Formats: sequence, structure tokens, C-alpha cells
Amino acid sequence: MSAGLTVAVAGRMGALGLDLQMDIPLQGVSLITGPSGAGKTTLLRCIAGLTRLKGRIAVAGEVWQDGARFTPPHRRQVGYVFQDAQLFAHLSVEDNLAYGARRAGPVQGLSTAEVVGLLNLSPLLRRGTAQLSGGERQRVAIGRALLSQPRLLVMDEPTASLDPEARADVAALIGRLATELATPVVVVSHDPGRLAPLAQRRIRMAGGRIVASSAPSADAVDRLDGIDPETRDGLARAALAAGLPPLPPPG
Amino acid sequence: MTDAIWTTLRLAGLTTLLLLIAATPLALWLARGRGWGRDLVAAITALPLVLPPTVLGFYLLLLMAPDSPVMAVLRPFGVPSLAFTFSGLVVGSMIYSLPFAVQPIRNAFEALGDGPWDAAATLRASPLDALLSVALPLARRGFLSAGVLVFAHTVGEFGVVLMIGGAVPGRTDVVSTHIFQLVETSDTADAGRLAAGLVAFSFLALSAVMLLDRRLGRVAG
Repeated sequence: MSAGLTVAVAGRMGALGLDLQMDIPLQGVSLITGPSGAGKTTLLRCIAGLTRLKGRIAVAGEVWQDGARFTPPHRRQVGYVFQDAQLFAHLSVEDNLAYGARRAGPVQGLSTAEVVGLLNLSPLLRRGTAQLSGGERQRVAIGRALLSQPRLLVMDEPTASLDPEARADVAALIGRLATELATPVVVVSHDPGRLAPLAQRRIRMAGGRIVASSAPSADAVDRLDGIDPETRDGLARAALAAGLPPLPPPG
Repeated sequence: MTDAIWTTLRLAGLTTLLLLIAATPLALWLARGRGWGRDLVAAITALPLVLPPTVLGFYLLLLMAPDSPVMAVLRPFGVPSLAFTFSGLVVGSMIYSLPFAVQPIRNAFEALGDGPWDAAATLRASPLDALLSVALPLARRGFLSAGVLVFAHTVGEFGVVLMIGGAVPGRTDVVSTHIFQLVETSDTADAGRLAAGLVAFSFLALSAVMLLDRRLGRVAG
């Protein structure tokens, strides 16, 4: 029985056949990369219980899904940060933050005050969600997810819709989450850029499968550290497209 | 004349309230449900739009008459007949206005998409909780449209209420049927006053809705 996050599901989503096998520790930032249509979002949705494929999903030995059981999403302790934030338009920022906190029961991890401080949300609290910039929306979405007391935070392209400045802010924030909080983060990005250096491990997907998984200390990611992340990612993608191993072999 | 106005307002108010409650689960299922029955049910729901009110009223009258199978079920509960009663009018109006309630609410739920439901679920809200705390508030413009359309449509109803209500003064005689009777007895002065009142009321109701809808739109974005 694994103490980490175990996913072993398979099935079809429209034209895409998926076969997802993954077993990662519940610690730090895990970065899932791959071209669009690789099944990255579906993987996150399966973890959260929003999409149901056949198979098994367990977190720290607690089975959320297997042949007989399927824990519905509202009973899984997953914080989900959607690509488009999905803030509730009829609630203020403050009430959006309170939505998950109120339903999660007594505070075990972070209090609202701590999250507001960490994400610098106090100037936004009284605003409506329509008056937020893209970066602000993502910060509120991250705060809202954190306050639902998750055992695991998953983020779907948290920086994709942001301008470069906001992208740097949100990336720095995710780095702080990893170092300052005990909550493990699984983040999906087709273009990791600034997120890449934050990750303790990288999982590469293509065509509905996990094609490579790596921890940084053991392989070539470190050897490529001198190269900027965009180039490194481009190299890896080119290698993948050419049918080579996903990361260049050492030495 | 005041009797007819009072009956009309009571009928329209009660029909609107009950129909909004009854139409919500139906609209939700049509917007988000699965299964092959949806198109069929959607078509049946829309039937009152195309049927002549007299046809609908005729069938409803048959069902509400004391010797109908429906009334045989209701008789043990102390309801011998719904024909020519106010309760019968409410039931008839609900069926007649059903598409005007279901369609705007269904559209509002469809416009929401899955996103808010998914977000609520990952924030520990059960499906019922998500409906009450997220989907209904976000769909409120649909409910507002539905409420006003049903109210106005019920006030303007004639064929169905005449068929199943019979325009009994003080019970089932509403403004529209009262105008008809006044004209029949050549009392055009009173008929004119009532008719003008109905026009003014409808205009005010629709204006109020458009204003309210604009304000809601500004707040919710």
C-alpha cells in the first residue's frame, strides 16, 4: 500500500483512449507536462472524481475509487484550481474564500487569515469577482482551494491565461506553497516555463499515457539546468516527437 | 369587477409560485440529465405553446370532471371535481404556462455549464448544496424571466380559463373572461376600463422586469 498518490485508470474520453498509471509521493510540487490533448486535465479530473474512468485511485492508502467504490468529488479532500478559476460570480471574493472553508469543517491546516496573508488577498476581499484581473482571479482560486483543507492541491494550467507579469507572480506563489505549506501540489502545464524549476518531479504525458516520470536528483533535468526552461522543454518535446527517450540520456 | 381583478391576481400569483417550484427539477433534468427520454419530454413540455387553448381546456375539462379517472383517484382525498373551481384553474394555468417556466430556467442552467457545479463539488458541496448555493443564484435571471412570463401569460389567459372555469363570478371569473362578458352585455364602458387597465399593468410589469434584469446583469457580469 502506497503512502502517496496512486492512479491506475483507463477508458475513453471522446476520441482519446486513456491509460493512466502513476504513483507519486504526496510531497512538494509534481509537474505534469505534455502537448494539449494528451489527457492532462482528464488525469486531474479523475483524481478529483469529476471524471469517472475505470480503475483505482488511492491517496495515502485511502481508496477513493476501485472496482466497488467511487467516492464522489465532494467527499474527496482535493483542492482544485481550474484553468479559468471558476470563481462564483454571485459571491464576493470573501464569500468565495469562505465557501469551501465553511464546508470543510474545523480548521486543521491554514486559517483564513493565514491564506489571505500568504496570497496577499486583503485588498481584494470586498470586491466582486468581475472586478479582478486574471492573476487576481487565480490567487483567489488558489486561496479558496487551500481553505477547503485539502490533502492534495491540483492545478490545471494555473498560468496559461495570464500575462507574463501575472504568470511570474503566480509561479512564485506556487513555489511558496511548496516550501511553506505541507500541502502537496500536482500542477498541469503544457508550457511549464517558470513552473519547471519549482517541481520536485516531472511527469510527461502524450496520447493519453504517461510516457515518462522523473525525479530531478536522478536524471538529466539537472544537467540541463543551464538552459532556460522554454528551450529545455522544447528540446524534450522534440525528442519525444522523434520517438527518442523523453529526456536526453546522461553524459 | 373588483372580484374579477382579485381572482386574476390570486390565480396568476399562485400559478407563478407553484409553477416555478414544479418547473425547476424538470428544467434541471432537461438541461443536465442523461437518457433518451429527454427530447420526448421536452416536446411534451412545449405542447401548450402550439395547441389552441380551447383544445387544451377541453382535455383538461374532461380530466377534471367528476367521472374522470383522475378525479376517481382524488375523490378519497375530498376533491370530487376540479371543473369550475379555482383549484382547477390553478392546475390548468400551470399546465398552460409550463413552457414559459421551463424554457427560461432550462436555458439558464444550460448557460451555466459544468464549471460552477464542478467547482462547488471540489469545495465539498453535495449536489443538492451546489444547486441551492451556486446554481440557483447564478441562474436567477432565468427564474426572473420565467416568473414574469408565467404571471403575465396567466393574466392574459382566456381560452383555458373559460373552458375549465366557466367564468363563475367571484370564483373563476377573471379579468379576461369578465371583459368578454361585459362586451356580450354591451357594457363597453366597463370593458374599456378593464382592458386599458390590463394594458397598463402588462406594460409596467414588463418594464420592471427589463430594468431588474439589467441591474442583475450589472451585478453578476
